[in-house]
Amino acid sequence: NEEGCKSKEAEIKRINKELANIRSKFKGDKALDGYSKKKYVCKLLFIFLLGHDIDFGHMEAVNLLSSNRYTEKQIGYLFISVLVNSNSELIRLINNAIKNDLASRNPTFMGLALHCIANVGSREMAEAFAGEIPKILVAGDTMDSVKQSAALCLLRLYRTSPDLVPMGDWTSRVVHLLNDQHLGVVTAATSLITTLAQKNPEEFKTSVSLAVSRLSRIVTSASTDLQDYTYYFVPAPWLSVKLLRLLQCYPPPEDPAVRGRLTECLETILNKAQEPPKSKKVQHSNAKNAVLFEAISLIIHHDSEPNLLVRACNQLGQFLQHRETNLRYLALESMCTLASSEFSHEAVKTHIETVINALKTERDVSVRQRAVDLLYAMCDRSNAQQIVAEMLNYLETADYSIREEIVLKVAILAEKYAVDYTWYVDTILNLIRIAGDYVSEEVWYRVIQIVINRDDVQGYAAKTVFEALQAPACHENLVKVGGYILGEFGNLIAGDPRSSPLIQFNLLHSKFHLCSVPTRALLLSTYIKFVNLFPEIKTTIQDVLRSDSQLKNADVELQQRAVEYLRLSTIASTDILATVLEEMPPFPERESSILAKLKKKKGPGTVTDLEEIKKERSSDMNGSAEPASVNSTPSPSADLLGLGAAPLTNSAPPPASSGSLLVDVFSDSASAVAPLAPGSDDNFASPDLASSEVVSEEPADTVHDADELFHKFVCKNNGVLFENQLLQIGLKSEFRQNLGRMFIFYGNKTSTQFLNFTPTVICSDDFLNYILCLNLQTKPVDPTVDGGAQVQQVVNIECVSDFMEAPILNIQFRYGGTFQNLSVKLPITLNKFFQPTEMSSQDFFQRWKQLSNPKQEVQNIFKAKHPMDAEITKAKIIGFGSALLEEVDPNPANFVGAGIIHTKTTQIGCLLRLEPNLQAQMYRLTLRTSKEAVSQRLCELLSEQF
Amino acid sequence: GCLRQQPGKIHFILLFSRQGKLRLQKWYTTLPEKEKKKITREIVQIILARNQKTSSFVDWKDLKLVYKRYASLYFCCAIEDQDNELLTLEVVHRYVELLDRYFGNVCELDIIFNFEKAYFILDEFIMGGEVQETSKKSAVKAIEDSDMLQETVEEYMNKPAF
Repeated sequence: NEEGCKSKEAEIKRINKELANIRSKFKGDKALDGYSKKKYVCKLLFIFLLGHDIDFGHMEAVNLLSSNRYTEKQIGYLFISVLVNSNSELIRLINNAIKNDLASRNPTFMGLALHCIANVGSREMAEAFAGEIPKILVAGDTMDSVKQSAALCLLRLYRTSPDLVPMGDWTSRVVHLLNDQHLGVVTAATSLITTLAQKNPEEFKTSVSLAVSRLSRIVTSASTDLQDYTYYFVPAPWLSVKLLRLLQCYPPPEDPAVRGRLTECLETILNKAQEPPKSKKVQHSNAKNAVLFEAISLIIHHDSEPNLLVRACNQLGQFLQHRETNLRYLALESMCTLASSEFSHEAVKTHIETVINALKTERDVSVRQRAVDLLYAMCDRSNAQQIVAEMLNYLETADYSIREEIVLKVAILAEKYAVDYTWYVDTILNLIRIAGDYVSEEVWYRVIQIVINRDDVQGYAAKTVFEALQAPACHENLVKVGGYILGEFGNLIAGDPRSSPLIQFNLLHSKFHLCSVPTRALLLSTYIKFVNLFPEIKTTIQDVLRSDSQLKNADVELQQRAVEYLRLSTIASTDILATVLEEMPPFPERESSILAKLKKKKGPGTVTDLEEIKKERSSDMNGSAEPASVNSTPSPSADLLGLGAAPLTNSAPPPASSGSLLVDVFSDSASAVAPLAPGSDDNFASPDLASSEVVSEEPADTVHDADELFHKFVCKNNGVLFENQLLQIGLKSEFRQNLGRMFIFYGNKTSTQFLNFTPTVICSDDFLNYILCLNLQTKPVDPTVDGGAQVQQVVNIECVSDFMEAPILNIQFRYGGTFQNLSVKLPITLNKFFQPTEMSSQDFFQRWKQLSNPKQEVQNIFKAKHPMDAEITKAKIIGFGSALLEEVDPNPANFVGAGIIHTKTTQIGCLLRLEPNLQAQMYRLTLRTSKEAVSQRLCELLSEQF
Repeated sequence: GCLRQQPGKIHFILLFSRQGKLRLQKWYTTLPEKEKKKITREIVQIILARNQKTSSFVDWKDLKLVYKRYASLYFCCAIEDQDNELLTLEVVHRYVELLDRYFGNVCELDIIFNFEKAYFILDEFIMGGEVQETSKKSAVKAIEDSDMLQETVEEYMNKPAF
């Protein structure tokens, strides 16, 4: 608007003129008198407060500080507190003036100085004065008004720089200010004590009983007793609230007398709420209710008196229907914390209809927000369906500012209290329909995780997304979820001619061109999954992938996917496709990333507390006792295909071998390859315990880099894994398909007891990858191991998916006076899950050729580390777990093997060929499997054996 | 972020007109000037956009705004989320009473033209974001005493005694 601009322009012109005038006065030859100086400094301040910059006048203001006229000094201090920042070079001059005023013993000047310190509140101020102020505060002859200022000034400095305000003798004297006769002093002191007590609760413990008796005297006083500290017939409301707040720094008083007195106070406050008002003024009811709400906060904080909690809940229930909007707002807010107490949770739930009604009828968004919070807090299994339905209902018209939060809350409640997962799927799809823009990645990732993990809902999910996608305009997030779910489970509904493979594909592809690049990328992955699920539409999909709009797409990611998928669909056999494009493995259960997001959004505090308490009360449907891992959600678009996920690693050079420590286990090849007789009782460990040949002298506090010891277990299951002068660890294990069991024997080689003996199986550094792949369960062992005794521990093993790193066994115990801590790699390796496969020469080479993709083959050429004995080599290959195929290789000197690696989620066919070169004392080892990482790992493991 | 972790105190007080003109600002948290201006603009906008008949409380970042309008002026305090909202309303009211007692029927113009007095009165009442003196008598007496001190004792003694 032009007029506004004009007046703004005029103002600037006027102010520049005034500034020029003041500047000339300050620079003039004639020294200004105190009055004029004050006048111009005041004008400058006025101009600054209008929003204009001021770059001069500071020195004149500092000069005013040393005036002996009060008003000049006062304006000087005001200017300084508003305009001087902490690193000003004037700070030394200012501090000097403050010091003089503090020492003046003139209470008004001292007050001005203390105010200035508090107003600036910088670290420099704290450095200069934090030592002085406590003395002023507790000095016997300090005036009351100065004590008040000193207490609050000290509080401000403590907040800025707690390290500069050391506790000392003064602290106990400050506590006794709670008994001071002057209520103003008590009020200021209570603020200071509350903040100090939060950080030093022990030091200020005695304040509890003093605060209770002070509070008791206030609440039982007649309204006239406190004279000027009575505010609209309410006795000392500020002090009461501060005392109640101080008490919230502590648990309920231990002394029964103090506790009884406090309970009486709280009851009195609750009773007064029922009395007729002494005035119709809003100030009266506000002050009275301010005390009441603070008392309720304390009751909730203590969470120990069921009677008070229920009374508080009833009182808040009355306020829920009050005509004052402010009271309704506060009642909703306060009830939210009450809902987390087990004593009052049920009582809060009785108000559900009122709260739902508030959601529908309140005109103030702040109040509706509180109603949403309360519904979320009071939700449990009994009312989840109703609350989620109401929140969804509200979402349709909710203010944009709170939509995202409601979406998160609905998603969390739906998951947490889902009785059947079809309801959960419906709810999330509804969320996307109603507020798709506010459904964050966390939410739709989560629904996919849950559908993948629960096979009872997969068919329903496929059917539901298929139906939802029929809508002519559906949200892109729905396309993502739909694309992902049909790509995984579209086959479950393909029997119905209305949702045949071609119809599914056409439906998805009809949305393709309206979607953003990431969604299109996801859809391309869905298409290649369709090639596997539905071979009958392979050519249709290939046509789409082959079209110019895909193969020549300007977007590199889309173009690459189209090229790769087209190639994959053309060259790969159905078997390979089936393996590459297999169903996603289940996701590990862990804390919902949605909850993490909500916590982040709301800040720490409220959400966490409520959730933690609720988790304890009602057993979580997810049962996810997993430690909260952050950023846990894998991106579906990245994970859909394993392609390119594992970085291409060249076959690593074999680790430098040093045979010195290694006792060649294969010298005893018979025992190495002897199949484990199930239930055989031979205690292999005892003879080994006696032989002390394998004593390791290494310090026992690091991970034993005894790769040699580890490697000898690759081809055998029993033996000594570790030994030093104190302890011997023996192993005995058996594996069947993807399951295994390992007995670990811990032998105490000394004559002294081991105490606090705690072995723990821990994962290697890549935790996420590890829990996805290997599931280990152990039971704790007896913490005491007698001298010469042996204890055993069982590890149950499940291979979920192929894995690289072996788990680590950490052992801690006390021996004599010393703490022992050692770690060894536990030889659970991928080859343990081999099942040997016999096959003819023809079959072998046919499969060998099928696995000719460069990524499927890994080869290693290495020098022999042991004598090249054909019989030992055969034993090792059998011990490795594959079948040894005789008369397959045209060259009889070569060895070939075949087998299948069993994991819970998949089976991986493996072929191997070992070609010895006796002259060169070298081997060439070739592994071919359908999965590059598996070929890689098996090659590494086996190369170490010869 | 920077505003958190100081339970129990008022973070800042803003007085502004219905036209959005800032009349008084008091900050109990150290912030750069630029940040103060940004916050002020944002809050004035939020409060002026609210209807009457709504509650006096608005969530704002980690804090809560408690505000009330007196005639043409809005008084707005920013407090911690878990602080006592109702009592903050009465802090505002007590301040208005103190201004009223000093100026006699205080109006917006009084605060514009005697802004320094408005600051002094606020300082007597609140320090570092905490209520210092809740007694009206004590607070006003402190201001009146200081007005007396406009003149030095010498000047006072040298005045003609009629």
